[in-house]
Amino acid sequence: MGRILDDTDRAIVNGLQGGFPLTETPFADAAAKFGIGEDELIARISGLADDKLLSRFGPMYNAERLGGALSLCAMQVPEARFEEVAARVNAHDEVAHNYARAHALNMWFVVATEQPEQKDAVLDEIRHETGIEVYDFPKIEEFFIGLKVEV
Amino acid sequence: MNQSVPAPRFSAPDAIDRRIIAATQTGLPLVARPYDAIGEEIGIGGAEVIARLKKMLECGIIRRIGVVPNHYALGLTANGMSVWDVEDEHIAKLGRRVGALDFVSHCYQRPRHLPLWPYNLFAMVHGTSQAEVDDKVAAIAKLLAGAVRGHDVLVSTRILKKTGLRIAA
Repeated sequence: MGRILDDTDRAIVNGLQGGFPLTETPFADAAAKFGIGEDELIARISGLADDKLLSRFGPMYNAERLGGALSLCAMQVPEARFEEVAARVNAHDEVAHNYARAHALNMWFVVATEQPEQKDAVLDEIRHETGIEVYDFPKIEEFFIGLKVEV
Repeated sequence: MNQSVPAPRFSAPDAIDRRIIAATQTGLPLVARPYDAIGEEIGIGGAEVIARLKKMLECGIIRRIGVVPNHYALGLTANGMSVWDVEDEHIAKLGRRVGALDFVSHCYQRPRHLPLWPYNLFAMVHGTSQAEVDDKVAAIAKLLAGAVRGHDVLVSTRILKKTGLRIAA
């Protein structure tokens, strides 16, 4: 990491992972608890985001509550075809994240669609384009989702 | 703060909500009055933006509002997707306990795909080193002892794609 966080940065990252005020001047209202002013809070969040220490700042939406579908999917891709299959999978806009993982099921990705019925269609397209089975792991129960990062 | 709660009075987002979502899904404007700025962009008042965000937060369309740390850049470069074959009758109780651990960022019950995939509990574990991840997985194993038939840890070797979720207005 190319940046050393000072105590105030750390307090912001740890203390502002939720609860950003829904008020007319939220930065001014949030800044008080960090002992800084509105302008400084804006500048620090902006700096943390520019340095990629934050992936985002704002509302985190729950895709499923928006009426769409979201699922974790996995494929068992032969090593020789890995790059080609990754490119085919990633070419779908509905694929939000995709990770190579060390396992027989070596490609794991998240598919999010705006209409629930689109999800199966996307998985079928990927099966058809690659000739490889796509295993679908839709959530049955959510026990926690969040980033309890302490820096 | 981070705990997801059952949604009260869920109502589907309407057209104006969806425009607010489209305008804010990549982030809030970094200006003194961000909700006014969003309102201006979509042609409503800042107070209405606030009221609608508040409602979406209350009913769970928005999980939370704030900074979303980049695990990787913050030094949590090691992670493992730990997966567990937990007896079905115990998964509700044990899933909640695993999800409450502070080093677990996502915790879900998902379907098995037998015989290839016997695991039904997924818990994403983060750490500053692989050894730290291993220690944390061992802590989960201890917590699940007696109710788990097997587990594995899938280490990510490469990010192939990472984009936010996109919602059209």
